[in-house]
Amino acid sequence: MGLLSKKDAKLITDPFADNNPITIQVLGICSALAITAELKASIVMSISVLFVLGIGNVVISLMRNIIPSKIRIIVQLIVVATLVIIVDLVLKAFAYELSKTLSVFVGLIITNCIIMGRFEAFALGNGPWRSFLDGIGNALGYAVILIIVGFFRELLGSGTLLGIKVLGDPVEKTGLYAYGYENNGFMLLSPMALIVVGIIIWVQRSRNKTLIEEH
Amino acid sequence: MSKRTDSNLYTVLFAVGMVLVVGALLAFLASFLAPNIDENKRIEKQQNILYAMGVNENEGTSANFVSTDVAGEKFQEYIKKQIIIEGDKITEDDKAYLIDVKKEKSKAKDGKTRRLPLFVGEKDGKTYYVAPIYGKGLWDAIWGYIAMDENMVVQGAYFDHKGETPGLGANIKQRYFMDDFIGEHLLDESGYFQGIKVAKGNNDPKNEEKTDYEVDAIAGATITGDGVTAMIKSDLKLYVPYFKNLKTN
Repeated sequence: MGLLSKKDAKLITDPFADNNPITIQVLGICSALAITAELKASIVMSISVLFVLGIGNVVISLMRNIIPSKIRIIVQLIVVATLVIIVDLVLKAFAYELSKTLSVFVGLIITNCIIMGRFEAFALGNGPWRSFLDGIGNALGYAVILIIVGFFRELLGSGTLLGIKVLGDPVEKTGLYAYGYENNGFMLLSPMALIVVGIIIWVQRSRNKTLIEEH
Repeated sequence: MSKRTDSNLYTVLFAVGMVLVVGALLAFLASFLAPNIDENKRIEKQQNILYAMGVNENEGTSANFVSTDVAGEKFQEYIKKQIIIEGDKITEDDKAYLIDVKKEKSKAKDGKTRRLPLFVGEKDGKTYYVAPIYGKGLWDAIWGYIAMDENMVVQGAYFDHKGETPGLGANIKQRYFMDDFIGEHLLDESGYFQGIKVAKGNNDPKNEEKTDYEVDAIAGATITGDGVTAMIKSDLKLYVPYFKNLKTN
């Protein structure tokens, strides 16, 4: 990336793999469990978080010298909540259809620990531009995991991808189902998201041994 | 962090200032955008009612409303009569679709008479009676519109929700779930109200049996499904006297 210095580029690429917010920092697990039963929901959530984390990090970074340390967590929470509500209101007024799709996610975005985590760990101590990059990087790292989990849960749980029946029709018994294949309904339940995330963590750490923590 | 921002006075002042700024900003934005939002909600209600009685632009497996710019026009065209049932009294009212079902429900709890809106529509020479229903799912409110014929056989259904889990409970607004209700009977042969149960372990996943008062539930969405069962039972039951009158007259 010619635009960014090496140090800045690392802010984007690090959370993608070796410092992934979900698999390494173990943040944002709750929303990763809640909304990954479908690929589409995972994508919508990823875009929302990208937006909120990018802007939120900049706002917090600009305010970092005037936020009283005693109430900084509350201030962070207010910033996220305000941002999300503003976006929600504007969408409701001008893009009603889209806002209906997103309304479910509003609460989940506000309580997403990645957002609070990055505010606290990064934006409070760094300038706006670096904070912005950090926000984008972490949101992308979150998105990758969400989309992988959503892909497998929807494929194995419902036999569809983005709502399209890729494995045939389970009721009419066409495609794979003609050979006795059945959807695994268990994949639709939250615990399976945890197991899929666990498998990703396992694969990642077996490929990069330096990530394994000492006990 | 500098010393200055650690003092109690600064902390309190900052908190007060922040609350004032954020509060004013949100209040201003909310009231500024309110007319737009209300208008969108009004159009959506018309679209929902039309959807239930089969006036929609469904393609393949996706559920599509008539577009927003023609919703008002189509509503005029297809909905012949809007009535409000209040006890024994039946009145016509062009604004019946704006009645807040949630408020009416809580009114009934206080012992007052509930106003029941019903929309009589006509399409291809067939008469549809569309009634709103309202209840609670797992996380928040769920609601819908059920279109029936004069025998209370479901002709179309539309469900929506405020915050059910995406991929699970949120799927009550998917075609495959809503379409299952079409053709289902609400009354048994002797005219007793049975409702429609969203049932797990249903032996009829293709939903060919239309008089079993059951549709197939969504896996992983038990509580949302139970909510749908409950709101159909509690809200549509209130319309039974109206339909009985309709037949005797």
